[in-house]
Amino acid sequence: MNVGIGLPTMTPGTTGALLLDWARRADGGPFSSVAVLDRVAYDSLEPFASLAAAAGVTSRVRLATMIAIGPIRPTGLLAKQAASVNALSGGRLTLGLAVGARTEDYEAAGVESRGRGRKLVEQLAYLRGDVDVDRVGPSRDGIELLVGGLSGQAFSRMARYADGYAHGGGPPRAFASAAARARAAWSDLGRPGSPRLWGQGYFCFGDLERGNAYLRDYYAFTGPFVERIVAENLTSARAVKDFVRGYEEAGCDELVLFPTVADEAELDRLAEALS
Amino acid sequence: MRVEVVGGGPAGLYLAILLRRADPSVQVRVAERNAPDATFGWGVVFSEETLGSLRDADPETHLEITDTFARWDRVDIRYRDRELRSRGHSFSAIARKRLLEILQRRALALGVELDFGVEVVDLPEADLVVGADGANSLVRRLGEFGTRVEPEGSKYVWFGTDHVFDAFTFVFKETEHGLYNVHAYPYDEHMSTFIVECPLDTWLGAGHQDMSEEDNLAYCERLFAHDLRGRELFSNRSIWLDFPKVTNRVWHDGRVVLLGDAAHTAHFSIGSGTKLAMEDSIALANALERRGWDVDAALVDYELERGPAVERTQEAASDSAAYFRRVASYTHLEPLQFAFNLLTRSGRITHASLGIRDPQFTRALDGWFGDSEISPPPAFSAFEVRAVRFPNRFGLVASGLVAVSADGRVSPETPTIEEWARPEGQVLLQLGHAGRRGACRPPSAGRDLPLPDGWPLVAPTRKAYGPFGATPGEPDEDAIRDSFLAGAGRAGDVDVDVLELDMAHGGLLGSYLSPLTNEEDDRLRFPLSVLEAVRAVWDGPLAVRLSVTDWHPRGNSVDQGIELARAMKEHGADLIHVEAGQTVHDDRPEYRRGFLTGLSDRVRNQARVPTLVGGYLTTVDEVNTIVGAGRADLCLLDLPPVSIERPLEPSNTVLLAEVPR
Repeated sequence: MNVGIGLPTMTPGTTGALLLDWARRADGGPFSSVAVLDRVAYDSLEPFASLAAAAGVTSRVRLATMIAIGPIRPTGLLAKQAASVNALSGGRLTLGLAVGARTEDYEAAGVESRGRGRKLVEQLAYLRGDVDVDRVGPSRDGIELLVGGLSGQAFSRMARYADGYAHGGGPPRAFASAAARARAAWSDLGRPGSPRLWGQGYFCFGDLERGNAYLRDYYAFTGPFVERIVAENLTSARAVKDFVRGYEEAGCDELVLFPTVADEAELDRLAEALS
Repeated sequence: MRVEVVGGGPAGLYLAILLRRADPSVQVRVAERNAPDATFGWGVVFSEETLGSLRDADPETHLEITDTFARWDRVDIRYRDRELRSRGHSFSAIARKRLLEILQRRALALGVELDFGVEVVDLPEADLVVGADGANSLVRRLGEFGTRVEPEGSKYVWFGTDHVFDAFTFVFKETEHGLYNVHAYPYDEHMSTFIVECPLDTWLGAGHQDMSEEDNLAYCERLFAHDLRGRELFSNRSIWLDFPKVTNRVWHDGRVVLLGDAAHTAHFSIGSGTKLAMEDSIALANALERRGWDVDAALVDYELERGPAVERTQEAASDSAAYFRRVASYTHLEPLQFAFNLLTRSGRITHASLGIRDPQFTRALDGWFGDSEISPPPAFSAFEVRAVRFPNRFGLVASGLVAVSADGRVSPETPTIEEWARPEGQVLLQLGHAGRRGACRPPSAGRDLPLPDGWPLVAPTRKAYGPFGATPGEPDEDAIRDSFLAGAGRAGDVDVDVLELDMAHGGLLGSYLSPLTNEEDDRLRFPLSVLEAVRAVWDGPLAVRLSVTDWHPRGNSVDQGIELARAMKEHGADLIHVEAGQTVHDDRPEYRRGFLTGLSDRVRNQARVPTLVGGYLTTVDEVNTIVGAGRADLCLLDLPPVSIERPLEPSNTVLLAEVPR
């Protein structure tokens, strides 16, 4: 299993310099990917802009969206952005897409949230297919495509159009159960081999109060569930190792750990915990 | 800290006990509507695992409870003219009344205020209000919990009897009105619980709706006189009921929390109601103590801890309830298989786990399958269709779609029947026409991604399958039927073991069968004409691959799918290959391990036709359980690659002779 690290694009206080330094260090470290999340109605950095910046200072790591909210973007533009990042990075983009959990992001983007599932399906068919390839370059070939979500329809979209599955986080047991469903869908759609399985978690080694405050703010919309997310924040090397082992046993291919505090010491301590 | 508990059943009393144990400064009052000695129901069941939790939570009550227990380790199944016995199922039961006495006494000793005969109409003032007032909870109606209550399973009535059963006993009794079944178990030295259950049509046919409480009791006493050994049934407001399945989106609202049946019910046929309730009490008390009596944090912990466990139990309970609702469809099974099907009904027991509890039972089952005293498990038993013998239940090699013609291919990589090379082994040739799912890129790239320069598609609908798909044209039915006939001829030439006609997953023939993709009244017309034509020229085993539900609100339901299977059987199919969905691209599939097993069970036992099933089966244990229980006859495995070894470094393989002395 590979381990990637999240870029601090959602946490407060990230500057351009910090983002670039973070990406550079990740590229030199034990990490196999850097990844971003996506919100519109939140004080955060846009995923494709951030990955484009990271592409310029890295040469090795994959650049991943875990996930980007597909339907808030017009399909052609989404393809353009993704293909551009892929071209700029020499083919290192892993594009995770889903409908997202919050309708306020649709409102803020000025896009109708009704029919978002259907729109995502069209986007996936577009990205994977040959539609408009002559008109909208650069080439979309070679972009690794993931789909997230927990409904039966999310799993069938994943198995129909993507290369793998992007899980939304939780304990290894929750990942294992989603992984079984992803493999079942893959088999049902008659895809050869097996889906690539990406998981994610949060960590915080230093200022735990700040880290947890961020999670409570970011996940406020989940109501009482936010406390569970806070409780799962990995706060020691031991916790990280156990989590990594759990995900590996559950069949995860790539686990991305996201920071809850924008401080480079966090990256160093995660690298240390993984060594 | 002041806690008001509404409801003096096991959940409420046990919570009160645990809270006072944890901190005697906490004030706890339990308000109960009824008198202290009023109780409904007879005995309640506990598993060994639950007893362990009770011992850890409060050793004093654990001791008293286990002192008066009835224990058993056997499940007896009375079916047709015999009784089948399975061992190794450790359970205990206690009179509900006795359990309440023990809990009430302990609560009083710990300083809990117990108020009986109190009807709560408004939420009491307190730091924490606990709704432990059962499935019809009043507290639940005073808050926002996203409650759903829906009837589940069959009609049932809960009696006591003074016949002391010596095991958990299932009785299945055939009558002129239909099948009745009984769940009976002892709960002390004198009494047993005796629950009678039957499907609605049986219930109506027998006229229970017009019987008085006494007449009902007399009817059941007569019906089961032999099983009761002439003893009596006792009523305790014992009237026929529908089991209410209670679920709540959230279990707490501010400082009000739900516990036990108020929060969730699980069908009585898996005997888990009291167990779940008391485990709730333990989890809530622990959370409060752990969180230093921070109610908000504790309620979140409680709900998050209990949610997944309760959900799993509710799923198993629903499976069990559904089993008993359709149990009449299993009465064609031989007693051993019927019993194994019953024991494995909720997915919690498999062939392997039963083999550990009760090796004699699985040996008997295996022997019955293998027709010899010592036999390998069901997966390795032979199966025969039209004089073709399959040495086991999982070894058939499926070809993948082989197209009847070039324009019936899924992708350029799909072989046509002329090109197809027969692999080694026993082979299932999956002959079909992709219909409107054709002319796509190969499955390694994805599914339903149209080729830029594909061939024309045909289907009974003019709608494209998915985004950017081509509009299909009118099929030339005679030509297509002929191509299936030619394919069947070729199948004979290359000597395949099973010929399968693909009518699933939105292919051409499958599209005819669904109201989503065919507007004609007689949707079976063309598919059956192909089946009949092929049957006329093919003597070997003939399978039909069928989506037995469209997984879509306007598509074929499972019941309609079973009718399709029945029609296929009547027109010459020997085997139904059970699939689901993919008739349209925006269906609502339900994926999990073995997601087709339940559907195969229903097709096989309701349409009474042999079935072949896949659905992400990854272990031989699943095959043993499925075949053993009569849920399918043949399985297709999705074996994941196994890697338990790796090469050592060369330096590790030093010959002993080279080791310096």
